[in-house]
Amino acid sequence: MAKKNEKINWEYAPAPESTGHINLKEQYNLFIDGKWVKPNSGKYFDSINPANKEKLASVAHANEKDVDKAVKAARKAYDTVWSKMAPSERAKYIYRIARLMQERAREFAVIESLDAGKVIRESRDVDVPLACNHFFYYAGWADKLEYAFPNRKVSSLGVAGQIIPWNFPLLMAAWKIAPALATGNTVVLKPAETTSLTALKLAEIIEESGLPAGVVNIVTGFGDTGAAIVNHNDVDKIAFTGSTAVGKIIQKAIAGTHKKATLELGGKSANIILDDAPLDQAVEGIVNGIFFNQGHVCCAGSRLFVQESVADQVIEKLKHRMNSLIVGDPMDKNTDVGAINSKEQLDVINSYLKIGQAEGATMYQADCSLPKSGYYCRPTLFTDVAQSSRIVQEEIFGPVLTIQTFRTVDEVIQKANNTPYGLAAGVWTDKGSRIFNLTTKLRAGVVWANTYNKFDPTSPFGGYKESGFGREGGLHGLEAYVKLN
Amino acid sequence: MAKKKGSATFSIPDFTQSPRIDKVGVEERVSRFQKRSIKKEAKMQGLRMALNMIDLTTLEGKDTPGKVKQMCFKAAHLHDVHPGLPTVAAVCVYPSMVATAKKEVEGTGIKVASVSTAFPSGQAPLEVKLMDTKFAVDAGADEIDMVISRGKFLSGEYNFVFDEIAAIKEACGNARLKVILETGELVTLDNVRRASDIAMYAGADFIKTSTGKIQPAATMQVTYTMLEAIRDFKLKTGIQVGMKPAGGISNSKLALHNLVMVNEVLGGEWLTNEWFRFGASSLANDVLMQIMKTETGVYQSSDYFSID
Amino acid sequence: MARLEVLKTYKIYIGGAFPRTESGRYYTPKNAKGEALGNICLSSRKDVRNAVVAARKAFGGWSERAAFNRGQILYRIGEMLEGRKAQFVEELQLQGVSKAKAEKEVGVAVDRLVYYAGWCDKVSQVSGGVNAVASSHFNFSVNEPTGVVGIIADQSTSLIGLVSQIAPVIAGGNSCVVLASEEIPLCAITFAEVLNSSDVPGGVVNILTGSVDEMLKPLATHMDVNAIVYASTDASKLKEIQEYAVDNLKRVRHYSQDWMDADSQGLHFITDLMEIKTTWHPIENIGGATSSY
Repeated sequence: MAKKNEKINWEYAPAPESTGHINLKEQYNLFIDGKWVKPNSGKYFDSINPANKEKLASVAHANEKDVDKAVKAARKAYDTVWSKMAPSERAKYIYRIARLMQERAREFAVIESLDAGKVIRESRDVDVPLACNHFFYYAGWADKLEYAFPNRKVSSLGVAGQIIPWNFPLLMAAWKIAPALATGNTVVLKPAETTSLTALKLAEIIEESGLPAGVVNIVTGFGDTGAAIVNHNDVDKIAFTGSTAVGKIIQKAIAGTHKKATLELGGKSANIILDDAPLDQAVEGIVNGIFFNQGHVCCAGSRLFVQESVADQVIEKLKHRMNSLIVGDPMDKNTDVGAINSKEQLDVINSYLKIGQAEGATMYQADCSLPKSGYYCRPTLFTDVAQSSRIVQEEIFGPVLTIQTFRTVDEVIQKANNTPYGLAAGVWTDKGSRIFNLTTKLRAGVVWANTYNKFDPTSPFGGYKESGFGREGGLHGLEAYVKLN
Repeated sequence: MAKKKGSATFSIPDFTQSPRIDKVGVEERVSRFQKRSIKKEAKMQGLRMALNMIDLTTLEGKDTPGKVKQMCFKAAHLHDVHPGLPTVAAVCVYPSMVATAKKEVEGTGIKVASVSTAFPSGQAPLEVKLMDTKFAVDAGADEIDMVISRGKFLSGEYNFVFDEIAAIKEACGNARLKVILETGELVTLDNVRRASDIAMYAGADFIKTSTGKIQPAATMQVTYTMLEAIRDFKLKTGIQVGMKPAGGISNSKLALHNLVMVNEVLGGEWLTNEWFRFGASSLANDVLMQIMKTETGVYQSSDYFSID
Repeated sequence: MARLEVLKTYKIYIGGAFPRTESGRYYTPKNAKGEALGNICLSSRKDVRNAVVAARKAFGGWSERAAFNRGQILYRIGEMLEGRKAQFVEELQLQGVSKAKAEKEVGVAVDRLVYYAGWCDKVSQVSGGVNAVASSHFNFSVNEPTGVVGIIADQSTSLIGLVSQIAPVIAGGNSCVVLASEEIPLCAITFAEVLNSSDVPGGVVNILTGSVDEMLKPLATHMDVNAIVYASTDASKLKEIQEYAVDNLKRVRHYSQDWMDADSQGLHFITDLMEIKTTWHPIENIGGATSSY
């Protein structure tokens, strides 16, 4: 028998996901009018694996002329093919794309993890299946739109310009493309510069699906490429997911034009733990709320509110749980928290860690080891913060949690709503009437009660106030892409 | 052995206020353990730990000294063609078989555990349960696996359940007490958590999921809920309590998932057979086959592993 | 001897009270015949500020009222308007509308209030719903009011535009600050008197008269205004509003239609000023128990 109080150190051996079966080109061109074309600028940029800083591929940098070409292709496809096609046929193309994605799900997951630094468990179990399901969901809407808008006449808008972020590259592409196609629009989509690869792989699938040329165009590049889309006269709709600052620039740029817009922007969402909550599950919800995808989540539960009577207990449990998180190689199947997406973002996060400490907050970091190379940040929490602390007010977009305590429900509702943002909120309590009191009064577009960071194609997602406007997902997500008379 | 309850001071909580459990949240957490990929040396280490944590069990009406003797031999000689394997932790039998088992495992370091308290139903008066327990202890049992009165628990008589456990604990003397909650009859995780708290505060050295006679038995959700209770109890009182999932853990993969769960919820202090056991009859051979497969690279046949 | 008529003083409506503009200024719009309509308050940016404060204060209580109760109150507004029909007809005539058209306009305005009264407790049934998510969760979406809405009322009508813009906004639970028609403002203030006698809590609707050009910027840039409704046709003004709206990402809604038209009403006028909130909760599935019977 083992000796008393012996402590066994059982470390899991590396369990890397195989990268042998993926197919990445050395260089990617732009996908315009169903063809792969060189960029007008002749310029390419590198896509880097943030986990080890190695180059994965070089990607074309589209300029204004390339964007113009893509919009023209989209317009032609809209006028000549896509807007004229029977909706039931449109649906079948979208179903076909969904199926092809499912068949290559593993490849998508691996490339997503390599390119974005997100852990393979999440890209395999969350991003890629949700992306496929999104196409499945919206495919079915294509020939049923009159049921979505009772008493209105529904028509498509035309060409949709779509700009997506780096935190959920493939999933965001699906959120944008699927409803646009289902409602009969054509698309020019720009992925984020640090995470272009899965959108380009999606372009390969779109090519394989036989979708008519020009219905979906993928142009890669930086902010100037996105600006060219926003400012193009022949774009009828802008869909943007990203920072509130850029959202405002877009909103200003399209003022006075006919362009319809939906913006999914930042957040600083409150996650509220009441004293009668199922505490162990709440701790899990806190962890899932802020450390999911390294905290690169617009709806991350970054402001934790704990009722004073259970605060010590929750914080103790939370620290214990944080210490069991495995931070490291995103490609290892056991990794819980992967790499920060880019050096720029790591710098931002680190600057906030400094600000928090300078503000007098107490910092606690998980006692995990970090890989030597690559961009990593330990799961971090701050106690001794106040509503007026910068780390409580500003979106950090990293694995950094602030913890405030409260005494009464009214107090926490006020504090939770005391922010320019309104994207999401979490509530943990065993009492039904209290759940509904809180979920009704919290000014946020998504409220998770006794759970956090759940997504589904049928579930509308989007914010109040400066977190943007319009919804993505569900029936309500259709409205962004239709004209109603 | 286990710390005496008296050596620490704590107050008995109101068990109606035991923490609430959200089942969907528990399922999500458990699925994370199941997704851990345990390879190479970590896997071998885990498999050897699992073998060494088994309470090799026979609890049948048709048990005879002959059957028990053969099982005891297996307990000490799991797979002698492969030298250097650990033994199991204990053999688990009915009180009538304790004397036989005790004699058979002498000198091996293997413990003898006996079920008691009118196992498996527990539907007997306290005097009978006490006698049952004393009989097993007198016959040489190192460990007692008692059942709680589920009927009383479900009708809200928590004090009755608490007092009964405390009385049995006293009757155990130096034998360690494992308290079987029979979670398949408690049904909800809220009940599992409350029963765990009652058992630990009443003096349990181990809490155990099931008798093996009722389905579902040791699901990961139930074991997880009990592990959280053990952790909270340690934080509150400083007393370490062991855990024994029993029933349904029949293969290596499940055993490794359970060990991952113990490792991540409680930590390495619990990863010895002093604090963690598997109640199982068929697990040992599957672990042995996995060990041989890992070492030889060849898939194994049950014909090469003894079935005692 | 003929009796001397008592003339009405037109004041603005803020927080359930009828103050004069804090600026002390007035203007005197005239009808086509050159007759003065009255001395009308020329509201200032500070009046806009006070009105937004009043609207914000009223928002919480109004949005939390039972939808049924809001419906009752909207119906009550209709009742009170009907009862003062003659006064509105007279004012509309003074502002240049023929008697027949004036009578029709008041009638349509009453009917529109009744129409939106009926929507209050049906919006979420039609526009919200349960979403069939694939995981073990109950998920539903409901409409919630956007907040404080700034309304630049239709400038070409005195009553029907104003009513058509206010009714859906408050039916959804928002509070509002309304800039009345600059040239023909009489019905706006008289309508405020109707509101004030109809159980509408003070501050839910605030109505200002004066120069739209002057009040537009303080209203459309105000950080505590969540949305702007622009119900007129000046494209450059619309662009201006859209630019002002950027700083706190106000929702901007633009309508231009004939408000006398029967089609100038509908659910979307309500939901345009509402947000969608989606709520998730786990569904426990007790092992072994099934719902088959």
